[in-house]
Amino acid sequence: MFDFAVVTQWVDTLLRSFLPDQAALLVEFLLVGLCLLTAYALIALALIYGERKICAWFQCRLGPNRVGPYGLIQPVADMIKMLIKELIDMNHSDKFLFRVAPFIVIISSVLAFGCIPFAKGLEILDFNVGIFFLLAVSSIGIVGILLAGWSSNNKFSLIGAMRSGAQMISYELSIGLTILTMVVLSGSMQLSTIVESQANGWFIFTGHIPAFIAFVIYMIAGTAETNRGPFDLPEADSELTAGYHTEYSGIQFGFFYLAEYLNMFVVAAVATTLFWGGWMPLHIPGFDNFNMIMDYIPSLFWFIGKVAVMIFIIMWFKWTFPRLRIDQLLRLEWKYLLPINLINLMLMVLIVVFGLHF
Amino acid sequence: MNSIKEYFVSFYKGLKSLLIGMKVTLRIFFRKKTTECYPENRETLVIAERFRGTLTMPHDAEGNHKCIACGLCEMACPNGTIHVESVTEVNEETGKKKKVLTRYMYDHGSCMFCQMCVRACPHDAICFDNSFEHAVFTRGKLVKQLNKK
Repeated sequence: MFDFAVVTQWVDTLLRSFLPDQAALLVEFLLVGLCLLTAYALIALALIYGERKICAWFQCRLGPNRVGPYGLIQPVADMIKMLIKELIDMNHSDKFLFRVAPFIVIISSVLAFGCIPFAKGLEILDFNVGIFFLLAVSSIGIVGILLAGWSSNNKFSLIGAMRSGAQMISYELSIGLTILTMVVLSGSMQLSTIVESQANGWFIFTGHIPAFIAFVIYMIAGTAETNRGPFDLPEADSELTAGYHTEYSGIQFGFFYLAEYLNMFVVAAVATTLFWGGWMPLHIPGFDNFNMIMDYIPSLFWFIGKVAVMIFIIMWFKWTFPRLRIDQLLRLEWKYLLPINLINLMLMVLIVVFGLHF
Repeated sequence: MNSIKEYFVSFYKGLKSLLIGMKVTLRIFFRKKTTECYPENRETLVIAERFRGTLTMPHDAEGNHKCIACGLCEMACPNGTIHVESVTEVNEETGKKKKVLTRYMYDHGSCMFCQMCVRACPHDAICFDNSFEHAVFTRGKLVKQLNKK
């Protein structure tokens, strides 16, 4: 299987051959940042296109099909429209916080995005508490959302932001516990190690019942965490116009929009990494020829394919279920998901202690 | 005890109904799409027969129409869209007077497709066909003469 470390090391030696160490490091930082941001923007465009198409198919429509072949240029056109729009300042709003808020949201999203192991040897931030770091930085986004609602000087924005705060803090708990369940199984918090340890079977198969329960809960909590339907009541178009980003326009709104889609990608990628083996091909112990064939598919394709399936499931949720009320939302978390999660964690610990996993 | 039972029952009921909902939407996901790609499918486009597109006056093979220039359609029209112009001719054999249509003017731009004129017509001389591509460059082109002679 192709190891992307070959490419990165080649770039590294090339830069070090004619630059001093410090300068080479700086250039590498810039290159990595550039690649990351490009991937971020491209994935966001692809996700917006995918969302619109899938939404359309769920409603027996065709979706965008006029701009470019199959409407492929549509998100690009939307992006250009968004970039050339005026940034409007609200009267009596807290100007500084108002402008800072979208950056906080997008920074947290980019940081979480940087932790994901995309392919073999293609990890940007990889250290021994990787998943913990990912959880921590993705929670910073809530600060941006609260600031956006607070500084807008608009009661709907504030209500949206407060709902979002309550929702995210509640569902963070579920996400944390499901991740903890999988960390118990893998015995590591480092994302690359987690992926490596799934070489002989993805965790959803080796961890069987508790892993599956954790996966279902993770998908529910992840959907809530990204403020997507059926948990989109921070935005709740019919009640709050657009929630916390009502007063934003142009690229500031674009940042929130981008971060929402990329958070969905990050949630799907973490689900892939923790439960479905990350970039690891499908290996069935005993079938050596089958495993060989699977190894020929590049790891990046494995990762993208799995993430696409996860994203499809999240979109499937959105276009199936009606929006929850705030009390129903919190009841779902505190009365159902949390107890199940705790019991599930206990079960996983027992299974690991007695060696009942595969 | 009852509340504990209710907790579990409601959980499983909720889970079941959610899964049923997801099954339904997945089935719809793969269903044939209902969107019509209009300019591309102009040849195969089917417009309902009763669709009110343009007011027309059907003529038979010899170019005769059924209009007797009674003016009921003009009176029935709420918008003043129709103007019936006629002359009175005297039949030389019988000496009877008869109104004959000269021009039947229909302003498509002010028509609201209420079909009052068609309902009022005693001889079914006018009807709506289902052609709907009405765009022209000047308003004057919307005023049409419906009778051919």
